[in-house]
Amino acid sequence: MHTPLTFWRHLRIAATLLLIGAALAPGYSARAADATSPPNLADVLRGLTVSSFMQKKAASDALANVDDPRTLVLLKALLSGHLYYRKSDKQVLVLSPSGDAYAVRDAVSGKLLGSSDKDGLTKITINNQMRGSLREAIARRSLYSKDRRVRLAAVDEMLDNLTPHAVGLLRTMRESEKDPAVLAKIRTGLALADLNHGSDAQRLAAIHVLAGGMNQTARNRLRGLLRKNPDGGFVEGNATVRAAARTALASIERRIEFYTIVQTGFFGLSLGSVLLLSAIGLAITFGVMGVINMAHGEMMMLGAYTTYVVQLMMPSHIDVSLFVAIPAAFAVSGLAGIIIERGVIRFLYGRPLETLLATFGISLFLQQLVRTVFSPLNRAVESPSWMSGSLQINSALSLTNNRLYVLIFALLVFAALQLVMKKTALGLQVRAVSQNREMARAMGVRTGWVDAMTFGLGSGIAGIAGVALSQLTNVGPNLGQSYIVDSFMVVVFGGVGNLWGTLVGAMSLGVFNKVLEPWSGAVLAKILMLVLIILFIQKRPRGLFPQKGRGAEG
Amino acid sequence: MNEQNLFKRLLADDRGGQALLASLAVIAVALPILNLVVPASSALHVSTYTVALFGKYLSYALLALALDLVWGYCGILSLGHAAFFALGGYAIGMYLMRQIGDRGVYGNPNLPDFMVFLNWKELPWYWHGFEHFWFAALMVMLAPALLAYLFGWFAFRSRVTGVYLSIITQALTYALMLAFFRNEMGFGGNNGLTDFKDILGYSLQSNATRIGLFLASVLALALGYLAARYVVCSKLGRVVVAVRDAEDRARFIGYKTESYKLWIFVFSAVLAGIAGALYVPQVGIINPGEFSPLNSIELVIWVAVGGRGTLYGAIAGAILVNYAKTYFTGALPDVWLFALGALFVLVTLFLPRGIVGLLRRRRMGKTAPTNLVNSL
Repeated sequence: MHTPLTFWRHLRIAATLLLIGAALAPGYSARAADATSPPNLADVLRGLTVSSFMQKKAASDALANVDDPRTLVLLKALLSGHLYYRKSDKQVLVLSPSGDAYAVRDAVSGKLLGSSDKDGLTKITINNQMRGSLREAIARRSLYSKDRRVRLAAVDEMLDNLTPHAVGLLRTMRESEKDPAVLAKIRTGLALADLNHGSDAQRLAAIHVLAGGMNQTARNRLRGLLRKNPDGGFVEGNATVRAAARTALASIERRIEFYTIVQTGFFGLSLGSVLLLSAIGLAITFGVMGVINMAHGEMMMLGAYTTYVVQLMMPSHIDVSLFVAIPAAFAVSGLAGIIIERGVIRFLYGRPLETLLATFGISLFLQQLVRTVFSPLNRAVESPSWMSGSLQINSALSLTNNRLYVLIFALLVFAALQLVMKKTALGLQVRAVSQNREMARAMGVRTGWVDAMTFGLGSGIAGIAGVALSQLTNVGPNLGQSYIVDSFMVVVFGGVGNLWGTLVGAMSLGVFNKVLEPWSGAVLAKILMLVLIILFIQKRPRGLFPQKGRGAEG
Repeated sequence: MNEQNLFKRLLADDRGGQALLASLAVIAVALPILNLVVPASSALHVSTYTVALFGKYLSYALLALALDLVWGYCGILSLGHAAFFALGGYAIGMYLMRQIGDRGVYGNPNLPDFMVFLNWKELPWYWHGFEHFWFAALMVMLAPALLAYLFGWFAFRSRVTGVYLSIITQALTYALMLAFFRNEMGFGGNNGLTDFKDILGYSLQSNATRIGLFLASVLALALGYLAARYVVCSKLGRVVVAVRDAEDRARFIGYKTESYKLWIFVFSAVLAGIAGALYVPQVGIINPGEFSPLNSIELVIWVAVGGRGTLYGAIAGAILVNYAKTYFTGALPDVWLFALGALFVLVTLFLPRGIVGLLRRRRMGKTAPTNLVNSL
């Protein structure tokens, strides 16, 4: 239940930021802004602006001991040579390269002072002795950082280079660490150290500990134990240790295999969510009106371009742009859908093949329109910062955030649509018309109006799908075309006029495709999918969940 | 003479067909003369490029004729007919590739260039036999026929109809496109088959060969038209129309409707394959792009513009739309897709019977007979 929570937290943060209209600067300044001028940070930094390395060392040691969250950043800047001071007033600055120039920040407040070159600035140089103690200080500070991710990364870095000093740090850290993930990493590190230098009993215990994890370094180390010398004898003399290493390795690999399957499943669901988003609008229009809307893909394209335009209009608020783009895309595509329905499709009811051709013409028209207005090239839609990165569950399983959010988003859209169809007057009328148009009309349902609204709803949802797609693929004039055949397959597979069928169809096609992919390749997997669906249609021409009742005959 | 009678019977009631065959005969005589005899300096001279262009239009026209048979007469809107066209094209392309021999870039006498490039050591089994023209010519018809038979057998037997059938045909050509894009398929992948040198020993670059291919296209279209007309006028054709208008009723009367549909579908696929085989030597390349669903749909609009269910209408539509396409993509490249898109919408809304329907309606005045009203 971790994910939905973070999602809502992001949502809340984004909403708050929107309310106060704060400029969104990177985490560094945001974190620094809440504590104004602590006791002696500025004084300590001033101690660095001397030429004597002795004095500088003293100052950097003092800096390492200042109890402030900002010092870690400053220590790292000092180590990597990004710390400067102004010759005129000895103000210490952090420079980070941005484009051709450097972004200059005040070291104490973290405030962005603008960008400049290095004129009038002096770099704070360090020697090897300082470098060593800085590294150590950074490691120590990272290990005791309040942010668990910083601690995890610090321990991770240590695993690759287990000096006796590092082992000592890990040992003391083990006593105070509370976070289970960090603790597990520390145990792995200590076990690796024991494996190198401990007694046989300690080494067996270490192997036992390693068997519980999936760390890459640990696996390599275990494999090393089983390796043979050029003369044929084992590198590892002790047979018991070898046997233990073998079982440990086997159990690790079994677990990794399991997580690989979970990962494939996730990729499949992710593909399924994209299919669901693109097919669900189609399911409505096709199900209710029996109209094949070949321009459905272009409605998605319009949604994606709406996202692009929204981002152009609010370039400094990329993080919240999607929340503006979703209603905007719904409105743009929905409106386009209503215009198409009133302008063309209305005249073609009862002639499904003609509708197919006319809407195809519309799709060509819209594609060329976008090519003329924007350009035939793909446009870059930015991802908000909260969409990037991934949710690292363990070393074998990580779920990328953007796919995760799109999956959740698809399910939310599905739920919302279900609510509209089941709980609103419009939904009731839509269902009535889809089951028996004549009877619905006889009962006083304005079928023309329902048709227009349904088409608008289906197109609007396609627009929303376009917003989601803009986060996963390139936004270009051909965006819609590449999904149209797939989404038809989903609708046909799931059964027309049944949203649950679309959900099950999309998800199972997605998972099936990703399961096939590893052994057949992406293209062949797709071909196989199409062939299988073609064969499936032969068996069940009305899909997985055929519509029941008299309407089904029509 | 029996044949004479047959010919007369086929065209007796078909003024459109008479006009079509007459104009085909005219261009078959005129174009070669204007190209070969009239000197290049004269205003009347027709360049070889134009001859090849007309040849291309004629092969498209044959393809449109094939689609009209299934769509106009049987009500099967195939959105994958270009797949049969491309299969025929690939079959002749393979023959042309084998004719290159050791004149390729790599000079390998047995393997086409792209196979050498992929480090293949020997010819895949399905390339054997394509060094003979007769075999390739057979395959031009057999490959599309087989695909159409298998597909149709599955689809018609389980009574997949209407838009469902259209969508699966589209998926079929889409799947084939993806497959042919793969290098491992052994059909040249992305680049397809090209760099052809000669056909039956005649260089493809020479004027005479171009004229020969053009005349072959004229002949194929004329024969194709007569064959299609024969099918339509036969009893089978009547049953097929019955299936289009009321499949259930035809079935209840006792006809095995799926067999009729299958037969006409296969016949149409063969025609499309021949069209593809005429097309490829004249344009000099075949690649997987020919399988793209867009091509198949464009083909549908040719037939719709001309007027479906008339055969000659489809041919007129194919030539007209393609002429417009050549003109627009040359003069106003950005406008073409707008025009094509608008054409789709306008024709379906205002010209459900195409240009032929419009002409007929004008000739018959306001009393449009009921059998011209849309029946799909």
